[in-house]
Amino acid sequence: MPYFTKEMKKDGWTIVVPNMSEIHFDIMKRIFDNYDFNVLLLENNDPTLIEEGLKYVHNDMCYPCLLVIGQMLDAIKRGLVDKDRCALAISQTGGGCRASNYYFLLLKALKRAGLENIPVISFNLQGMNSNPGLKITKVMILQAFTALIYGDMLMMVSNQTRPYEVNKGDTDRLVKKWTEELGKRYARNRGYFGKNMRRNLNQISDDFAAIKQNRVPKVRVGVVGEIYMKYSRLGNNNLKDFLESQDCEVMLPPMLGFVFYGFTNGIHDNEFYGGRKKYSFLIKKIVMPYLEHFERWMIEAIERHDIFHRPATFKELEEYGKSMISPGCKMGEGWLLTAEMVELVEKGYGNIVCTQPFGCLPNHVCGKGMVRPIKEKYPESNIVPIDYDPSATKVNQENRIKLMLAIAKENLDKELSKKEIK
Amino acid sequence: MLKIGIDVGSTTMKVVAIDENLKPIYSAYERHYSEIFKRAAKMLSDALDKLGDREVLVSLSGSAGMGLSEKSGIPFVQEVYATRVAVNSYLPSTDAVIELGGEDAKILFLKNGLEVRMNGSCAGGTGAFIDQMATLLGISMNDIDRLADKATEIYTIASRCGVFAKSDIQPLINQGARTEDIAASILVAVVNQTIAGLAQGRKIEGHVVYLGGPLTFIKNLRKHFDEALGTRGTCPENSLYYVALGTALSPGGKETKLSSLIDEIGSLKGSGNYTKLPALFKDRSDYDAFIARHKKATVESTNPLTYHGEAYLGIDAGSTTIKCALIDINEKMLLSRYSPNNGNPVQAIASFLNSVYDEYPDIIIRASASTGYGEELLKTAFNLDYGLVETQAHFLGAKHFKSDVDFIIDIGGQDIKCFKIRDGAIDDIFLNEACSSGCGSFLQTFANALGKSSQEFAELAIDSKAPVDLGSRCTVFMNSSVKQAQKDGASIEDISAGLAISVVKNALYKVIRAQSKDALGKNIVVQGGTFLNDAVLRAFEMELEREVIRPEIAGLMGAFGAALYAKRMKERDKSPSTIISKEELRELNPRLKSVRCNGCNNHCLLTINDFGLSRRLISGNKCEKPITGVKKAESDEFNLYMYKQEILRSYMERKGENRRGRIGIPLALGMYELLPFYQTLFENLGYETVISPFSDRALYISGQASIPSDTVCFPAKLMHGAIEYLKRQKVDMIFIPASSYNVDEEKGTNHFNCPIVAYYGEVIRANQDLEGIPLRLAYLSLERPKVFARRIAETFSLDKKEVLKATEKAFIALSDYHRKVIEKGDEIIRRAREEKRHIIVLSGRPYHVDPEINHGIDRLLVSLGAAVITEDSISYKEEKKSVGVLNQWTYHARLYDAAHYIADKSDMDLVQLVSFGCGLDAVTTDEVRDILREEDKIYTQIKIDEITNLGAVKIRLRSLFAAMEMKE
Repeated sequence: MPYFTKEMKKDGWTIVVPNMSEIHFDIMKRIFDNYDFNVLLLENNDPTLIEEGLKYVHNDMCYPCLLVIGQMLDAIKRGLVDKDRCALAISQTGGGCRASNYYFLLLKALKRAGLENIPVISFNLQGMNSNPGLKITKVMILQAFTALIYGDMLMMVSNQTRPYEVNKGDTDRLVKKWTEELGKRYARNRGYFGKNMRRNLNQISDDFAAIKQNRVPKVRVGVVGEIYMKYSRLGNNNLKDFLESQDCEVMLPPMLGFVFYGFTNGIHDNEFYGGRKKYSFLIKKIVMPYLEHFERWMIEAIERHDIFHRPATFKELEEYGKSMISPGCKMGEGWLLTAEMVELVEKGYGNIVCTQPFGCLPNHVCGKGMVRPIKEKYPESNIVPIDYDPSATKVNQENRIKLMLAIAKENLDKELSKKEIK
Repeated sequence: MLKIGIDVGSTTMKVVAIDENLKPIYSAYERHYSEIFKRAAKMLSDALDKLGDREVLVSLSGSAGMGLSEKSGIPFVQEVYATRVAVNSYLPSTDAVIELGGEDAKILFLKNGLEVRMNGSCAGGTGAFIDQMATLLGISMNDIDRLADKATEIYTIASRCGVFAKSDIQPLINQGARTEDIAASILVAVVNQTIAGLAQGRKIEGHVVYLGGPLTFIKNLRKHFDEALGTRGTCPENSLYYVALGTALSPGGKETKLSSLIDEIGSLKGSGNYTKLPALFKDRSDYDAFIARHKKATVESTNPLTYHGEAYLGIDAGSTTIKCALIDINEKMLLSRYSPNNGNPVQAIASFLNSVYDEYPDIIIRASASTGYGEELLKTAFNLDYGLVETQAHFLGAKHFKSDVDFIIDIGGQDIKCFKIRDGAIDDIFLNEACSSGCGSFLQTFANALGKSSQEFAELAIDSKAPVDLGSRCTVFMNSSVKQAQKDGASIEDISAGLAISVVKNALYKVIRAQSKDALGKNIVVQGGTFLNDAVLRAFEMELEREVIRPEIAGLMGAFGAALYAKRMKERDKSPSTIISKEELRELNPRLKSVRCNGCNNHCLLTINDFGLSRRLISGNKCEKPITGVKKAESDEFNLYMYKQEILRSYMERKGENRRGRIGIPLALGMYELLPFYQTLFENLGYETVISPFSDRALYISGQASIPSDTVCFPAKLMHGAIEYLKRQKVDMIFIPASSYNVDEEKGTNHFNCPIVAYYGEVIRANQDLEGIPLRLAYLSLERPKVFARRIAETFSLDKKEVLKATEKAFIALSDYHRKVIEKGDEIIRRAREEKRHIIVLSGRPYHVDPEINHGIDRLLVSLGAAVITEDSISYKEEKKSVGVLNQWTYHARLYDAAHYIADKSDMDLVQLVSFGCGLDAVTTDEVRDILREEDKIYTQIKIDEITNLGAVKIRLRSLFAAMEMKE
C-alpha cells in the first residue's frame, strides 16, 4: 500500500480533503498551509458526482461514504487534482458504527477504479496510519484543536447574526476577514495560547455583535444529526441556506461536543465493561480538565452579548443526555445527538431538523428512537427527521421541512401575540 | 373577495374557490399528467368560465406545487398544514384525520397535543401503490373496490414498502388465489402500513375523518380502516378538496385578477434546470441505423399452417405476462405468444393451447416444459412433461443465438437476472433483490400514470434531447425523482428516456455491481420484455460502450429456452407427451379453494388449485406437511438450524424456582446466542425465567405500533412483539442487556456489536408502554466476568459473590452451547459426505435462526437436497486472517472465516442471509463475495425482510444448484 512520503511533501503533492464544514476546515487548512502542506479542500458539487460513489462503493453503504468517495473520484476524473501527484485524506471515526470503514472502502474503491497507487491518509482520534510525509507535531495538534474552537465560535455567532443583518453580506464578509486573520496569526505562531486566544474570541464576539442588525423575532431552528449530514452543504442539500431563505435563524451545535464525546466514551467503557483504566484516568483527570478551559473561554466570549445564545458546556450536555438515554450508547453520534436535541428544546430552539443518512444504524436509536420521549417531556418540541440518500429528492425533503416550519411559524405567532397582550 | 386554493398533488390537481362566508362555491379535480403549468392554466380557465373574471386571492399547495409557487410567486402552503386549517374550520369536532394521497400518507392528531405525521421517503402504501397493484392484477382502481366486496380471505402482504408488497402479491397471482381476496388484502396492507408507519404507538380514536382520493373512492378501504381502528370514521363532503380548501383559507395569498393569473401561469416554462444526460439518439437516422442493426438477430421460423409433425412447447409464466413458444424439430419457431396474464395465467395458457389444437391440427406436441414463477401451477394444470428453473431456460435460449456468449442479462417485469458464462457453464449469477426492482413493470406503471401505453411511452424517449438524470435506486425513490424533474420543467420525452437510462444503471451498478465497462465480457446477449424498449437497449449499449445482441424474440427467450429443454429431454425418452389433450383441455375447470392448514401453529393460508383428474396444486405452505402429512422429516437431521432451535427451546422450557420474582427475557437480536448464558444466570440467581417464544406474524403485528423507525431491520422490529408477549405474561420485570462489545473471539481488530444489537433496548425503553413493568436495561459485556458480575449485582441489588457464582455457571452453559453446535455441525458434515449431499453454509447472524426471520429458507435448502450448517459451526476452524475491510464486529468475523473455510471445499457452498436495512452487511456482502470469487465459488445472497413468500428465493437457490450441477 502506498504511503505519503517526505519526498511527496517536498514535491508539493496535493492532499485532497473532503470539506465537511466550510468555516472549520478553512481555518484548519491554513494551519497546514503554514507548514508547507498543499491541501485542497474539495468543493466540486456536481449532482452527478454521487454516480462515482455508487459505482465503486456498495450502494447500501451510508450516504456520507458514497458522497465523500464519489466526490474524490469525481475530482480525479475531472482533473481537479493530478492523480499522479496527490494523496487522499479520509476520516475514520473508530467505534462500532460502520462509518469506521470509510478508509477501507476508499481503498477498495480506488482498487476497483484502477487508482490503487494513490496514497490514502486516515484521520482519526486513535493515531494516524503511518505516513512518513505527514509528520504532525504537538504544536500542530494544539493549533488544529484551537482552530476547531475558532470554527465553532465563528459558526455560532455568524448563524445568529446573518438572519438579522441590515446590510446583506456583512456577516459573511466578517467571517472571511476573521478566517484570514486567524491564518496569519497562526503563521506568526500566535493566537492559540491563553490570553491571546481569549482576546481573539472576545474580539470575534464583539465584532459580530457590532454588525448592524434588525433583531425581529424569527423562527429558530436547530439542526442535529449524523455529523457529516449535519454540517456538510453537499450532504444536506444546503440545509442551512434553505432554512435561512425561509426566514429562520439556524442553530448548529458546535463540533467541540463531538470531540469531547469521542474522548470520554472510554470512561463509560471502563465503568460498564471494565478495563481501559489508564485511558479513563488520563482523560478524566488530565485531558478533559485541560480542554475544558478552551470551552469556557468560548462560552465567556459568547456571553459578552445578550443577543447571542450560549451553547451548553459538555458537562451540561452529559446531563441533558442522561435524562433520555444512557451514556453507554456511544456508536456514531450516540447519546450526544439526543443530548443536543434536549439542549435545543430547552434553549428555545424546539424546532429541530434531525438529519441522517438513510438507514443510519445509530440514529434508529438515538435520533428517531428518541423523538417520542422528547415530545412527551417537551410537548412544544417540533422535530422532523429527514433522511438523506443518493436519490432522496430535495422536493420531498423540503416539503417535510416546510411542514415543520408551518407549525413553528404558528407557534411563534401565538407566542408573540401572548407577549403583546401582556 | 374570492379566495382560490390550488392543490397540486403527485398525480392530480384540485382547484377550489370559496366566498366571503368561507363557503366553497367552485371545485374541480383532474389528473395533471405532469403538465403542471398547462393543466393549471386550463383548470383556472374552466373556473373563469363559471365564476367570471374577478379579483381573487390565490394560494398554492401540494408536493408538485412548489415549483409553480417559486415561478409564479403565488404563496405556498404546506399541504398537511392546509388540511389542518380546513378541518379546524369545517369539521372542528374532529379528533384525528387520515389522508391518503397519490404518493403521500398523512395522519393528523388534532386534540390532546397536536401532532402531524407524514410518511418518510421509503414508504409506498398510498394511492400510487394501489394503482400499481391494480395494474399488476390487470384491473382498474374501481374494480379493486368492487372485487373487495366479495372477498372471503385476507392474505398477509408486507405492508411496509410497495416493492415488498408486490413481491408478496405476485406469487399469490401465480398460485391462482382469487382476485377478490387479493384486492381486499391489498387494501388491508395499506391500512396496516398507515397505522404502523405513521401512528407510531399513538392511538387513533374519537372522531376520525378520512380524506384524499383513495379513501374517497374506495369504500372498502374506509371499511378496513374502521375495522382496524375499531371506530367509524367519516368521509366528509369535499373530501378530495381539503388541502385545496385549507390553502384557500390560509392567510395571505396573491391578489390578482383571474384572467391575468391565467395569462401569467400559461406563459410559464420550466427552468430546465435539472441534471441532463446525453441524448440517446442524435436524430431519426441514427435511430433507424440502430434498428436495422438489431433486426439481424432473428430466429428462423416455419409456417405453422403448412407444418406437419412434431413440435415442442415452452411456457414461461412471468410475473405479469405469459410467454409461449412452439418450435419444430429443427428448432425453428412455429408459433409464439406474449400476453399479459391479467392475474390468471391458467386461462391465458388454456386459450393459447386451444388455438394450437383448433387451428393447427397437424402439429403434434411431442414434449412440453414450463418455467418462471408459474412453473408449478402450469405444469400441474396442463400436466406438462418438465419444469425447469428460469435461469437455465434463459441460458439455453441465449446460447442458441450466440454459442460463445459471455454474459446474459434479462430484465423482465419484476426481475433482473444476469449470468456470467465461462467454459459453457454458468459461472456467476446476479439477481435483483426485493428492494431494487427498477424493472419493466415500473416503466409500465409510470407510462400508465402519464396516460400512455408502454409502447407509446418508450417511443417518446427516442426523440428526447436531454434525458433527465434520475439516479439508480428503488422505484419508490424514483417516483420522487420524477416529481422533482417535473417541477424543474422536464418534458415527458426526457423523463421517458431518463427512466430507461435509470433502469439500465440500476441493473449495471446495483444488481451486477459492474466495476468496469469490460467486466461483462465481449459477447453479451440481452433479453426479457424490457429490452424490447429501444430506449432501454440503447441506454445499455451507451453505458457499456459496446454493441450487444438483442434477439428478435427477446421477450420470449425463457419460453424458447424451455422449448429447447423439452426437446433435449425428450431425445432420451420415447414416450408421448403427458400434456393434456384437446378433450381434457375442454373439460379443464380449475377450482380454487383457500383453507387454513392446521398442521402447526403457523396456520398457513393454503391455496388449493384443483384441476380435476387428481391434479392438485397446494401452495402457500411453508413446509411439506400439508402435502406429505409428515411433520418431522428425517431430513431435519441435516439441518443445523433445526438443532439450534431445539437447544434454544430447551432453555425456554427451563423455568427455575421463583425466589426473587419472574423475569422476562425477550428472545431478540443477540439473545438468540446468549439465551443459554442468561437463562442459566437468572435461574441460578433464583429468578423464574419467562422467555418470549420464537417469532411469528402475530407476534410481529402485536408490537408493530411502537416501532419508531420504519427502516430499521426486521429482527429489531420483532423485539417490540417479544416485549408485548412478556407483558401479557405479567412478568415482574423485563431484562434487556445492552452492550457495545460482544464476546472476544480474537478474530478481528475489535469485537463490537452492531449499533442495533448493542442499544436497541433504549428504543424499547423510550417507545414502548410497559404498563408499569420495570425494565432492567443494563450495559454489560461478557469480556470480564468479574466486572459483569458487579454490574449485575448493582442492577438487581444482589450480593456480588452470589452473582459471580451464577456467572461462572452461565459461562459454562454458553461454552456448552457452542460446543454442541460445533459437534452437531461436524456430524452433519460427515453424514452429508457419506450420502453425497451438498453442504450449504447458511450464514447470517445468531437471530437468523428464528423461523420468522429466516422464513424457513433452511428447510427449503434441505428439501432441495442439501445439508445445512451455520457459519459459527465452522468459523473457529480458521486461523485469524486479514480481510480487505475493517474487521471489528464479532458476528461478522465469523462470516469471513466461514467463507475462507469453504472456499477450497468442492462440496460446500455459502448462502448469505441479509436482513433488509442491515447497514453492516453493505460491508460484509462485498467482502464475502470477494473471498468466494477468488476461489471461483458462486456467491449467493438472500435479502430478507418481513416478506413471507419464498418464490423468488426458491428460484435463486435452484439456480445455484443448477449452476453447480452444470459446473460438475
